[in-house]
Amino acid sequence: MGNIVLEKVNKCFGDVEVIPSVDLDIKDGEFIVFVGPSGCGKSTLLRLIAGLEDLTGGKIIIDGVDVSDSTPAKRELAMVFQSYALYPHMTVRKNIAFPLKMAGMDPAEINKKVEAAAKSLNLTDYLERTPGLLSGGQRQRVAIGRAIVRSPSAFLFDEPLSNLDAALRVNMRIEITDLHKELKTTMIYVTHDQVEAMTMADRIVVLQAGDVEQFGSPLDLYNKPINRFVAGFIGSPKMNFVTGKDAEEFNAHEIGFRPEHMTVSITEGRWKGVVSVAEHLGADTFLHVKTEDAGTIVTRSDGELNVNYGDTVYVSPNTDKIYRFGADGLSI
Amino acid sequence: MARKVSIGRKVGFTALAWTLGCLMFFPIFWMMLTGFKTEVGAIASPPQFFFTPTLESYKDVIEQSNYMRFVMNSIIIAGGSTLLALVVAIPSAWSMAFSPTKHTKDVLMWMLSTKMMPPVGVLVPLYLMLQYFGLLDTRTGLVIIMMLINLPIIIWMLFTYFKEIPSEILEASRMDGAVLWKEIVYVLLPMALPGIASTLLLNLILAWNESFWTLNLTASNAATLTQFISSFSSPQGLFFAKLSAASTMAIGPIMVLGWFSQKQLVTGLTFGAVK
Repeated sequence: MGNIVLEKVNKCFGDVEVIPSVDLDIKDGEFIVFVGPSGCGKSTLLRLIAGLEDLTGGKIIIDGVDVSDSTPAKRELAMVFQSYALYPHMTVRKNIAFPLKMAGMDPAEINKKVEAAAKSLNLTDYLERTPGLLSGGQRQRVAIGRAIVRSPSAFLFDEPLSNLDAALRVNMRIEITDLHKELKTTMIYVTHDQVEAMTMADRIVVLQAGDVEQFGSPLDLYNKPINRFVAGFIGSPKMNFVTGKDAEEFNAHEIGFRPEHMTVSITEGRWKGVVSVAEHLGADTFLHVKTEDAGTIVTRSDGELNVNYGDTVYVSPNTDKIYRFGADGLSI
Repeated sequence: MARKVSIGRKVGFTALAWTLGCLMFFPIFWMMLTGFKTEVGAIASPPQFFFTPTLESYKDVIEQSNYMRFVMNSIIIAGGSTLLALVVAIPSAWSMAFSPTKHTKDVLMWMLSTKMMPPVGVLVPLYLMLQYFGLLDTRTGLVIIMMLINLPIIIWMLFTYFKEIPSEILEASRMDGAVLWKEIVYVLLPMALPGIASTLLLNLILAWNESFWTLNLTASNAATLTQFISSFSSPQGLFFAKLSAASTMAIGPIMVLGWFSQKQLVTGLTFGAVK
């Protein structure tokens, strides 16, 4: 079981309130991603759930038990840290075995579990090495091995892929997703990378300044963002925003349209502009177009588009896919 | 590209380093040499560099006093106070390094400030306290005093070493189910071992060589090697050969320890200085 409920969770560091009041209900087996810009409180929230920080107010309930004042050990959660936090003086075998040893498990049983975890993570050949002799990806696997070996009620990941290179990150992302499917255990994953959030999560918690802006499925957040912040944060490249006359035409204070919902033409369109950056990726073409009326607009087109830096183009939003916002920033 | 150093410069620096080294070592060398002279040879003018060595002074020293008793007292007092200090200092340094409060810095400064006070300033109150508890001239009394005297330095050193250890690793052990003592024993101590070892060695040397408290708070029962040396600068006058023999015997054990652990000491003392 891994049902985690946060009730009016509040955290202050001295006089600074970093989490004003958060309520969340995470169901057993869900893959939840906390996403938000740097300093939004997502790691603090994860550490509060882990028990590594004390609550200032509110309650954390795991499987019906109030664990607000419990030590991390008693919460039966496992955590994977950004820096991996492996024990440098222990071999991979001892690192993975450590939580079982702390639980007082029989050595033969420990060995069996460690071997099984190592096999599933392709670490069997490295069991007698110390972490210093492993690559970044292998270290990350050891950290995951140490977490899965004790069958916790939930896994907590604190930006676990930030220190890996781009190719490895994609691989590890898939491995973690597969692991979730296999174990069916609750996972809470913190990242600032919204692509990770969109690809991995069952539900995403978007945070800003310690407040939950929206909690929903990736496509909910993409299609029905609750406000301008979520609309701008979810999606890559980020949404274009236009105010003024163009927005008034749609009865809104501000309108937003995603780069993939734009058409580019060299003959006609809503806004005329000059291409300031052209990114040809083969599968997609990204254009940054400097328009006179709507500022810089980013577009994303399928396939190759024969447009280059300095060309004059016309860009138009797909009117069916326009997001409207009021003066308060909320979606209309 | 590495800077080129001319051969002349290299030779010059090497000669200078050797000269300084020899100058620093000379008093110890002279003391060792004097221990093998007769009392007459020890005070001869001009000083004798070449002479027939004799073990006479060593024999006299061993006959006149119970050397092994002083050695045992030194080992028990230096070793005991160091171990006791580590038992107190490790949790203290842990708490200040990984769980600091807004007063941690003040506490550290306060501890350091106690080392700025001349020891003689607290001699009388400490003497009276030991007398009151019946601990004057006892090993227990000296172990407690020496532990307290060196505790600030030990806590400071350990605090510095512990600060180098990423707190995430300790947090990981907490997540893995380690209670506080297991976190310290299985994770913190092995990682801080070079620092702890050099702290232990340095404190052993400091405690072994300490003379102010051992001379003032002991008479015979708990007398250490510093008492042993001073007993040869006695009312009968100075017997340089015997004094030198006694001094060599007193510093011998700690010099051997220092010689064999010099690598450990340097590693520990420069811990974290170079990444």
